[in-house]
Amino acid sequence: MFARFVVMTTQVPGDALVSLNAVNKHYGQLHVLKDINFQVRKGEVVVVIGPSGSGKSTLCRAINRLETIDDGDIAIDGKKLPEEGKELAHLRADVGMVFQSFNLFAHKTILENVTLGPIKVKGMSKAEADKDAMALLERVGVGHQAPKLPAQLSGGQQQRVAIARALAMKPKVMLFDEPTSALDPEMISEVLDVMIQLAKEGMTMIVVTHEMGFARKAADRVVFMADGQIVEDATPEQFFTNPQSSRAKDFLSKLLTH
Amino acid sequence: MDVIIESLPQYWDGFLRTLFLAVVSGIIALVVGTLLAAARVSPVAALRGFSMAYVEVVRNTPLTIAFFFAAVVLPRLGVTFQQFEVAAIIALSAYTAAFIAEAVRSGVNSVPLGQAEAARSIGMTFGQVLSLIILPQALRTVVPPLINILIALVKNSSVAGAFFVLELFGYGKQLANDHGDAVMWVLVGVAFFYLLITVPLGYVAHQVERKVAIAR
Repeated sequence: MFARFVVMTTQVPGDALVSLNAVNKHYGQLHVLKDINFQVRKGEVVVVIGPSGSGKSTLCRAINRLETIDDGDIAIDGKKLPEEGKELAHLRADVGMVFQSFNLFAHKTILENVTLGPIKVKGMSKAEADKDAMALLERVGVGHQAPKLPAQLSGGQQQRVAIARALAMKPKVMLFDEPTSALDPEMISEVLDVMIQLAKEGMTMIVVTHEMGFARKAADRVVFMADGQIVEDATPEQFFTNPQSSRAKDFLSKLLTH
Repeated sequence: MDVIIESLPQYWDGFLRTLFLAVVSGIIALVVGTLLAAARVSPVAALRGFSMAYVEVVRNTPLTIAFFFAAVVLPRLGVTFQQFEVAAIIALSAYTAAFIAEAVRSGVNSVPLGQAEAARSIGMTFGQVLSLIILPQALRTVVPPLINILIALVKNSSVAGAFFVLELFGYGKQLANDHGDAVMWVLVGVAFFYLLITVPLGYVAHQVERKVAIAR
């Protein structure tokens, strides 16, 4: 099954926490994910980069089945993603997701945004959930915003709350779908700092981003996607200094000259 | 005008019955309509299809037909009622639920998709996503059209008067027969008592709209 993995030298597929095997997806005529084979081990930080339309966001969203796939299979911690229903909900609780547009619950306070999952999904008591949530909000630097509504916070603060909301579920893996793309430049670093801290603490992370600085600093692996395929899979060092494919060389040269 | 004063007991009795029909049918229709809207956005294709078919059929046929089914067809099928009010409530709530389902569905669609995705991604089930995240936010946009539907329900309840229920309109017909010389005043009285229900409803809608505007 892993015979295709010739390019993936840094893999140990046996203890993969997230595993995609021969995954395909179409949007009508468009083949957005082409035979994707992709493994992430526990504790690994994988940055997915590539030009827009390369399928990197779709890949990220497919991992907790916000996007369905046409064929192939996806497994989290050895368990195959089930169809829609309670079982899928349970599995999603183990996969934290941070969106480009934050998606904080607009009608709930910051604190409620973080406690809702633990209370309603995990059945935690309100007191316990509040305590955990406050600790998380302090950790991402927005503890004093707890009673406010999301609309009253800046983009960077909202995104840090979104990270806290995902962490409150104690996920096995965190997915970040372009977490800084909707942010003003001065707010990007406050979000990246939280993510770097998280990476240092050993969280398994899959990060779709254009922030090459983050990739260099925090990533164990860089996955480069183009036209729905994984073109390169290497350490940041290898990828940035010695890209193998012309697609990646082209992509990197555009980044550096601008 | 005297006819209104001297018929006040009938008016009052009719008013209370109209109010009763509207409140009970309104509550049932709100519940059923919300469930239909939930079915319409659910991941189960059969539920979506049922909800869509129900709304299309009921919304596009006259209320009188719903009354006819409830008051005449159902009893022939063995579903009998002690009072015609029950048939009226069945007809009114079944009819109004279709409109409420459409209003709630449009409200659900007004909530950004990201809200549902975020809720699903922390492990909420479909029911939790809908009841905890989507509907509370949809409610804000749905209240004004819902009030319109409820006002229409109050007025639609007058059809019950043609099916042996002595509500406002039923009494209106009776009084008009008894006071052939004052039909106009009889109907002015009927209209007044309808306004007594519908105008406050409109006022509530206005208040809610203002409150929502501030909250946004």
